[in-house]
Amino acid sequence: MGRVLNIAPVSRIEGHAKIAIHLDDDGNVAETFLHVQSLRGFEKFIEGRPAEEVPRIVNRICGICPWMHHLASNKAVDGAFGVTPTPVGYKLREMCQVMAHISDKILHFFFLAAPDFVLGPDADYSVRNVMGLVKAAPELARQVVRMRQLGQKMLEGFAGRAIHPVAGVVGGFAKPMIEEERKELLCGARELLDFSRYALDFAITDVFAKYMDAFSDLGGIKTGFLGMVDREDGSLRLYDGKLRLMKHDASFVDFEGDDYTEYLAEHVVPWGYSKMVYAKSWDEGFDMTLTAPRGIYRANTLARINVCDKISTPGAQAALEEFRSLFGRPAQQTLLYHYARLIELIYSCERTIEILEWPEITGSDVRAKVVPKAGRGVGLVEAPRGTLIHDYTTDENGCITSANMIVGTTHNIAPMNMSVKRAASALIKNGVYSEGILNQVEMAVRAYDP
Amino acid sequence: MGVTAAMEWLGSCSGCEIAFLNIGEDLVPLITETLDLVHAPLLMDHKYFGQCGEGVTLEIPDAVIGIVTGGVNNREHLTVLRQMRKKCRLLIALGTCATHGGIPALMNGQDQQASWQAIFKTVSTDPGAEIPEVEVPPPLDRVYACDEKVKIDMQLPGCPPNPELIAELLVAIVEGRSPVLPGKSVCDTCPARREGRSVVGKVKRFIENVEFDPGEPVSGMRCLLEQGFMCMGPVTAGGCNGGEGVPACISARVPCRGCFGPVRKNGNQLLDMMNGLASNGIDFKSVVDRRSILRFSGAHGRLRPLKKRVAKE
Repeated sequence: MGRVLNIAPVSRIEGHAKIAIHLDDDGNVAETFLHVQSLRGFEKFIEGRPAEEVPRIVNRICGICPWMHHLASNKAVDGAFGVTPTPVGYKLREMCQVMAHISDKILHFFFLAAPDFVLGPDADYSVRNVMGLVKAAPELARQVVRMRQLGQKMLEGFAGRAIHPVAGVVGGFAKPMIEEERKELLCGARELLDFSRYALDFAITDVFAKYMDAFSDLGGIKTGFLGMVDREDGSLRLYDGKLRLMKHDASFVDFEGDDYTEYLAEHVVPWGYSKMVYAKSWDEGFDMTLTAPRGIYRANTLARINVCDKISTPGAQAALEEFRSLFGRPAQQTLLYHYARLIELIYSCERTIEILEWPEITGSDVRAKVVPKAGRGVGLVEAPRGTLIHDYTTDENGCITSANMIVGTTHNIAPMNMSVKRAASALIKNGVYSEGILNQVEMAVRAYDP
Repeated sequence: MGVTAAMEWLGSCSGCEIAFLNIGEDLVPLITETLDLVHAPLLMDHKYFGQCGEGVTLEIPDAVIGIVTGGVNNREHLTVLRQMRKKCRLLIALGTCATHGGIPALMNGQDQQASWQAIFKTVSTDPGAEIPEVEVPPPLDRVYACDEKVKIDMQLPGCPPNPELIAELLVAIVEGRSPVLPGKSVCDTCPARREGRSVVGKVKRFIENVEFDPGEPVSGMRCLLEQGFMCMGPVTAGGCNGGEGVPACISARVPCRGCFGPVRKNGNQLLDMMNGLASNGIDFKSVVDRRSILRFSGAHGRLRPLKKRVAKE
């Protein structure tokens, strides 16, 4: 056995991971692993807590997508207590969720991923980052910082906090929106929509045109996809809807989140703390072999863009049509995650505006009557990183007796492992590797925004 | 060139890092002129084992300022924290996990081994799954705040910390002056109207919204503790509002849960809150899940597993 290259930490991603590339005696790739290093135990330590408190505990699972955990948790508690949020409460939650997607996508594409494209994958590590981006493209960088900040400030101004929110509550929302707030949010959302159109144009001309051919096969694998769609018309949904599990041949099944255990299961490996979710309902087991994977599907932006029949807002729909005409359905190239991310950025802005223009959004009936009781609830939202599932059971006092969570990133742990193997095997030959080559292996992971 | 700085995250959620990025327009000069980042996994690609991953010992470059977020949950966190201490002249614990344990230290109230076994045996995991043990860092016996393991020079709590305060702390260090940080409690910075004692003798669960007029500022709303809700403002360090303005959760019309940790140095939020409730005429036995009052400050040995009751015949 030859040497092991430890790419640690995997950087410009939002979680904690390392890549280990095992080379054989000839210096070719024998095996690769994406090790997930962190385990904290949220599912256990929320046991015994009053369920209505849990949405403001589990938001700490992820500081980048705290709104997603906060709201999936609220939906699960709604379910356990048998409460239906008021229409205004529902819409306020949805608005916050899609707004949180906006800042997240700007962060990922421009702060984390763009340095590889703008500075180049082989640029020295000391400049291949957002600081280097500031020097190479100062105007763009300033604009990006300002737009990301605008999204965060809008959430904070209306809901008190952008990070680790508290305004979603079982039964709805903690406060109504007043007209003044609505106007201000609308103004900000329109500015963000302008920026999102610019972002996609920029990416198409300056990034994808330059890199898609060169990197069309980087970390390329063939899998199925999972994402949320509208219950009626199959359009892209982020806050609420049914789930669609698509095979690589584009055939699919739709199911309700409550039934997730019939369709999905989690494989555990001894070498990483993250479980690997796979398609149990395909009845083919779990296997990450590159040539013949079994049970493997992907989640997150590319998956949602693949599974939806359409997008309900005009700008995003136009972008989707162009995307499909170029790459088909389902599109498989791993780097297309970035493209799909920017289509969703447009959708998130357009959807925020739609909700703000809903005449009843400033209504005062924001929270339904809540009575703690025994029950079970499954709450789902689409987090930026994939379908997020919180499943709680409560006792007669409304305290949690058991909890199970499937978090967005875990759907992509197996696919990321496969993409790492694919990229490393293609790039490292006969013991020849470099910092730039190893960064390209990381780029295959970075596309998934783990 | 700016002052060299290294950033690391231990058992964290990245919320502190996002708060750092939320500094806003001042962020650009901060990370390109004031500071010279030499290591920061979220933002740049410096690697522990050399840029080609051939090294065998974990190395972080020398830096004047070190910023650590997250608590210490496993062996790798400990190695990284010790390396940061060794390489950084001034080490800052940023965020409540790093200063007081934060939410992950709720694990300190559980039986760790049994919990971890249960996490890998759920309704959705494959049968026969075991706790992973290969190439993953083994857990410590409990979750520690950073100052339980190494000397920490400065602490800035918050879940997350306020971006303005993060900027103030860093700029003050670079300018060689003492940072201006808030020392008051959430309660002392809260404009909600206080009338005296609580209207009810029991704590209400937060299953109904507080009473307020949405058109009015928070100063027109009655104190949430007086409305009978559990609000930890009296025992919690302020700063979530950056020192001015309404505390963050209160501005969402939601009671405080103590995310900046105790306001008193070495204070105990649980004991202090019990006293606070009693002095407001509220029966503390009416609080469901009292241990949860330590949900942000369970390190330093404060939160421990409950002793199992011996079954009686």
